[in-house]
Order: sequence, then C-alpha cells, then structure tokens
Amino acid sequence: MLNYQLDRTFAALADPARRAMVERLVQGPATVSELARPLPMSLPAAMLHLKVLEESGLVTSEKTGRVRTCRIDTKVLSQAEQWVGERRQMWERSLDRLEAYLDHTKPKDQA
Amino acid sequence: MPRSITHASFTITRQWKHAPQRVFEAFAKEGAKAKWFAGPPGWEQHEKVWDFREGGREVLSGRHPDGKVSAFDCVYRDIVKPSATASGRIIYSYVMHINGIKISVSQAAIEIIPETGGTKLVLTEYGDYLDGYDDAGSREHGTNWLMDNLGKSLDS
Repeated sequence: MLNYQLDRTFAALADPARRAMVERLVQGPATVSELARPLPMSLPAAMLHLKVLEESGLVTSEKTGRVRTCRIDTKVLSQAEQWVGERRQMWERSLDRLEAYLDHTKPKDQA
Repeated sequence: MPRSITHASFTITRQWKHAPQRVFEAFAKEGAKAKWFAGPPGWEQHEKVWDFREGGREVLSGRHPDGKVSAFDCVYRDIVKPSATASGRIIYSYVMHINGIKISVSQAAIEIIPETGGTKLVLTEYGDYLDGYDDAGSREHGTNWLMDNLGKSLDS
C-alpha cells in the first residue's frame, strides 16, 4: 500500500512544473493563481498539474468563496516514507556499484 | 518517541549484460561483495561477520563520513545458485541499527534470472520500519529529499 503511494508520489513529482508548485507550497498555503503565476503556462494547464498533485495526495485544496487555496499534505511527505525511500536509494546505490564491479571484472573472453 | 511500525515493500529491477553466475558470485563471495556492498567513500568499517550459507549470518557495521553509525545484521534463509538457464535466488532477513537504535526488521529477496545476453535482477524488500525516523527530518527536508532523489528512484 505504501509502495503504491510512493509510486504515485514520485510520479507526481516527475515534472518540473509540479515540483515548482510543491516547492512553493512547502513554504505555506497558496492560491491556485499564485501557484500558476510563475509558471510558463496557462491557468488551465497549471490546474491540470495541480489535479495530478491532488490525486497523488501530496496536495489538498479547499475553496473559500471564489478562491481555492492549496496546501501540502504532511502525511504523504511523512518521515516514514522518506525513510523507506532512503532504504530504496541505499539499494539503488549498492546495485550501481555492483554493476560497475561486474563491468570492471568482466572476463576477457566475454568482452 | 511514539511506538509505531510502518509496513512497506518495494521492488527494484535491473538488467545487466552479465552471466547470472557472475551476478550470484558478487553476492556469494566475500571479496566480491565487499567491492560493492559497503558504505560510501570515507566509510570506516567496524564489525564484519561473513558466513554465506543458509542459516549463516552476515554483519557489517561502520561509521559514515557524516558520523552516522549503521549496522546491518542478516541471516540467510534461502540460497539457490543460478545456472545459465535456471534462475537463482537469495533470501535473507535483516535488522538495521542506526546510531544504536533499531530502525527496521526486513526481508530481502534477490532473484537472479537468466535472460538472453545477460541477467535480470529483481530485488524485493519487505520491511517493518520502526518508530519513525530521527526527528531531524522535517517536512521540508522530506520534500527536498524526494526531489533530490527523484531521478534515481524513477530509473528503477
């Protein structure tokens, strides 16, 4: 379950516009137009990115009057998930080294 | 710190142009494994135990350049050597300590699968991650961490 959540989190962050939105929201809640303004795209395009972030659970929003305010959901960026990610990354680094080792020690007759 | 367990699993798949027997030996031989399964540059090794057989134990602990002391302690549960045509596997359970605190109890299953021209390695870890991480990790830190490491995680 957590694995699935991490996949969605990483997929949601695999886009520079969405990362820019998350970076902005880490500093505090923002309205949709505040999030969209610095981005080189139309408001509807920015809203589509926001939708992906909301579906991933990274971002929640609520509408007050005509203004929709977005904020980071702390649960998704919980320390536990950070930690699982670190374990995964530890494995990625080890396997990178294993690959380099295999490349380096390749028998000559298989070159 | 509140008591908690986070149950999680993840899978990493790699494909290499190397024979499955060579991949297996990189896990099975002490000298070969030492070439890749250790801390980062500047790591100072403390304790090492090596007994690669079913029921055997492997321990590796040491100090990282940032001062963190990690300790890996595993028991091999299932070892099947691959051939050029048949898959092999290594399954072990392990405990991780960071700075003397037990942070996880996990099982890792490494499948070594022959493929045309090489090997597919599928690593699956199932873990019980205990009591949250150290309290240095703020939400902002977590966000930055996710972004910094995105590429590597997406590559897998």
